[in-house]
Amino acid sequence: MNSDVQDSGSPFVGDPPLLKLERITKRYPGVLALDQVDFDLRPGEVHVLFGENGAGKSTIISIIAGALRPDAGRIEFRGRQIALASVHHARSLGISAVFQEFSLVPQLTVEQNLFLGAEETSWGRLNKSALHENAAEILKRLGFPLRPTQRVEYLSRAEQQMVEIAKAFRSDLSVLILDEPTASLTHRETEQLFALIEQVKAQGVGIVYITHRMSEIRHIGDRITVLRDGRYVATVDSETAEDELVRLMTGRVIDQIFPHISYRPGEAMLEVENLTTEDGTVTGVSMNVRRGEIVGLAGLVGCGKSEVARACFGLIPVSGGRTLFNGEETTGLPPRQMLDRGFFYVPPDRRGEGLLMMRSVRENIALPALSLPDFSRGSVLRRHAESARTAALAERLNLQPLRVEREVDHFSGGNQQKVLLAKSLTRDVELFVFDEPTVGVDVGTRAAIYEFIRDLCESGAAILLISSDLPEILHLTNRVYVMCRGSLAAELSGEEISQESVLRHCFERKAA
Amino acid sequence: MTANRTATHWAQLAFVRLGVLPFLLMIAMIVFTLMSDNFLTGRNMLNVVRQSTYLTLVSMGQMFALLTGGFDLSVGTILALTSVVGASAMAGAYAAMPDAVALSILIGILAGIAAGTAIGAVNGIGVSVFNVSPFMMSLGMASVGFGIALYLTGGVPVYGMPMQFGDTFGFGSLLGVPTPILVTVILIAILYFVVNWTRLGRYFYAVGGNIKAARLSGINTKLTLFLAYVLCGAMASISGILLTARLDTGEANIGASMPLESIAACVIAGVSLRGGVGRLESVVMGALFIGLVQNGMNLARIESYLQTVVIGALLILAVVADQFRLRYIANLRD
Ligand SMILES: Nc1ncnc2c1ncn2[C@@H]1O[C@H](COP(=O)(O)OP(=O)(O)OP(=O)(O)O)[C@@H](O)[C@H]1O
Ligand SMILES: [Mg+2]
Repeated sequence: MNSDVQDSGSPFVGDPPLLKLERITKRYPGVLALDQVDFDLRPGEVHVLFGENGAGKSTIISIIAGALRPDAGRIEFRGRQIALASVHHARSLGISAVFQEFSLVPQLTVEQNLFLGAEETSWGRLNKSALHENAAEILKRLGFPLRPTQRVEYLSRAEQQMVEIAKAFRSDLSVLILDEPTASLTHRETEQLFALIEQVKAQGVGIVYITHRMSEIRHIGDRITVLRDGRYVATVDSETAEDELVRLMTGRVIDQIFPHISYRPGEAMLEVENLTTEDGTVTGVSMNVRRGEIVGLAGLVGCGKSEVARACFGLIPVSGGRTLFNGEETTGLPPRQMLDRGFFYVPPDRRGEGLLMMRSVRENIALPALSLPDFSRGSVLRRHAESARTAALAERLNLQPLRVEREVDHFSGGNQQKVLLAKSLTRDVELFVFDEPTVGVDVGTRAAIYEFIRDLCESGAAILLISSDLPEILHLTNRVYVMCRGSLAAELSGEEISQESVLRHCFERKAA
Repeated sequence: MTANRTATHWAQLAFVRLGVLPFLLMIAMIVFTLMSDNFLTGRNMLNVVRQSTYLTLVSMGQMFALLTGGFDLSVGTILALTSVVGASAMAGAYAAMPDAVALSILIGILAGIAAGTAIGAVNGIGVSVFNVSPFMMSLGMASVGFGIALYLTGGVPVYGMPMQFGDTFGFGSLLGVPTPILVTVILIAILYFVVNWTRLGRYFYAVGGNIKAARLSGINTKLTLFLAYVLCGAMASISGILLTARLDTGEANIGASMPLESIAACVIAGVSLRGGVGRLESVVMGALFIGLVQNGMNLARIESYLQTVVIGALLILAVVADQFRLRYIANLRD
């Protein structure tokens, strides 16, 4: 073993890099997404890409994965210069990617998606039983609780994420790219993913990992490359202090991510009594959310935490129990009427059900409020007022670039999330339900979003925060409901809220 | 050399911003001007515009269906049914009260538009309430409507409408502008307003852009879908009335080429087949372009069967070119 090289515990240290990018440049109309960026990946390491929303992380990995071609620069793979023609080509070299935005075919089943484009055939006939077995095998290895024969369109965002991850593991790997793979996963699935990453690392696979979560960097990262505004800033090792990383990333110091919140619980806004949904995802749940407080709703993927809120908002049919909003019974009312009463639900899947991707930011933000006098007179739109209001909201959430006429699809993931949040500010809202509000959002923006939630709470709104991110639940809420397999496992408040107590209740049902 | 390069640059930029349509229009103008001396004359251009009005009206309606992520294959049938029902009602009313010419014309027009819009309403109910795919729904209704039109007339043209109907709405003109053009221009103005300045217009884009997001934003998605097909039916039937006036008879066999041509006009104009994207003014241009090509081919004495080939090929070409455009967008610097 070569002793000049800093030992990071990997048996492959000193091997030539698996992948080497030199002076890569990529432009979009009006945006220089990457400006002469260097990057290299060694076998058996986890190389974290770190940077603010829109820094160019996804662009880099799209280039490595063959989905985008760079405008300038060279790429070397195992010491030879290559020009990746397509994702398929990259895959044939063992470069496999999980993109931030999913590429699943909703109408196909989990197993069909897993092997899409790599189906096993004999004499042109699909070998369906092999497909089924291989799929089950991969899912078992990853420990993901998915049925191979389930259609993808019926899966939640977290479950779809699992399918995406499983897809990347299907073939012979040499480079594995993961773009915010844990953004909507909970603790348990994340642990499983990390165990698998350790496994493939030991086989000499190089891993490019993008995340906005500090704890993950600490946990699995070996080296970290920081990008800012499409430019390379530095490559550091994972021992680097958190503050230093944030300083490198933003160019400034952010002292605290979680704000101090003073809760003033008032009368109950939302009361849920013995709620059961038709599809069986929620059984007999009772809870309430009051003005001036932030109530957390925690639980593993598939525990029904999202479904409770969706049923209250009229998105899922209710088969038993009732919901009251502001003292009035609202069981089974459609979203339109819930909105008019002041209930706003911010969904977790911005692409799937949050935004009109090919419409402008302005149209997206204004959409929930078009019927209000601020935005229309009769049925005629007040377009000037609309432009002014939406631009102000975009600015308030620090949208970057601040161009409200641009299509949402052309913004980076975190900035799309800001547009989604801005939508909730267009109307008078008494209860905000945030379902995974910080998916894919960088540290600086995350701090801004938390402050935004705090302000709403302190101005007297009721807030229900559904989240898979434990620190978020621990730091922001004054009361937490923990769910497990469709029913309530515990209600914790104040001092009782701790990582241990929440996790413990995630796994076991309360002895009734 | 550099001048050349900036020229290509500008052409690329125009291509990205405006789509294929301006280029196709330019090419068509040049080609047909070279092929026939009678093409680029004021009279012929007015002719083109007049002949294109029927397709323009249908295409604008088709745009609403496309915007919501569907389409309407029954627009041809709507034209036919409108023509037959309108003509029959008008002829009947005129026979019953030969003095009340204006009243019988009004009755005929209303009856025709009601019949055509009804088909649109049935499409809308099927798509929005029963979740039938727009393809099956409108294909089914195309057959139903055509069957009714034939059944009502036994396949023979309907005569007996008052002379004044054709004179006014088919061949008449006001201040030198032919009535069909006038009607179309008024409807373009109204629809432009609806699309860009009303909530309903915005909701069409929202429902086609992402129906789930639209629902979460409190939009009545079923009603929006329903109205898109009703509007589409209404536009097709107005076109049917104007065409009936021009032909002076009620015909069950008109409009057969409308579904393809109206979808082609929209797609060439950059309306996305997946919904949520499209501009009314481009659709009008798209319909004019198709009218222009047909007129040019007639003047150049290209056989009508071949013309059908050309229209189909143009549609495919436009879609391919649009794909190239999307790829360009990714590469072009601003
Ligand atoms: N299709 C596109 N068209 C135009 N601009 C784009 C497009 N995709 C990305 N960009 C721009 O390129 C820049 C880099 O985007 P990228 O998606 O790589 O950011 P990111 O680092 O992955 O951010 P995030 O953490 O939010 O996912 C951003 O300024 C973004 O606005
Ligand atoms: Mg990204």
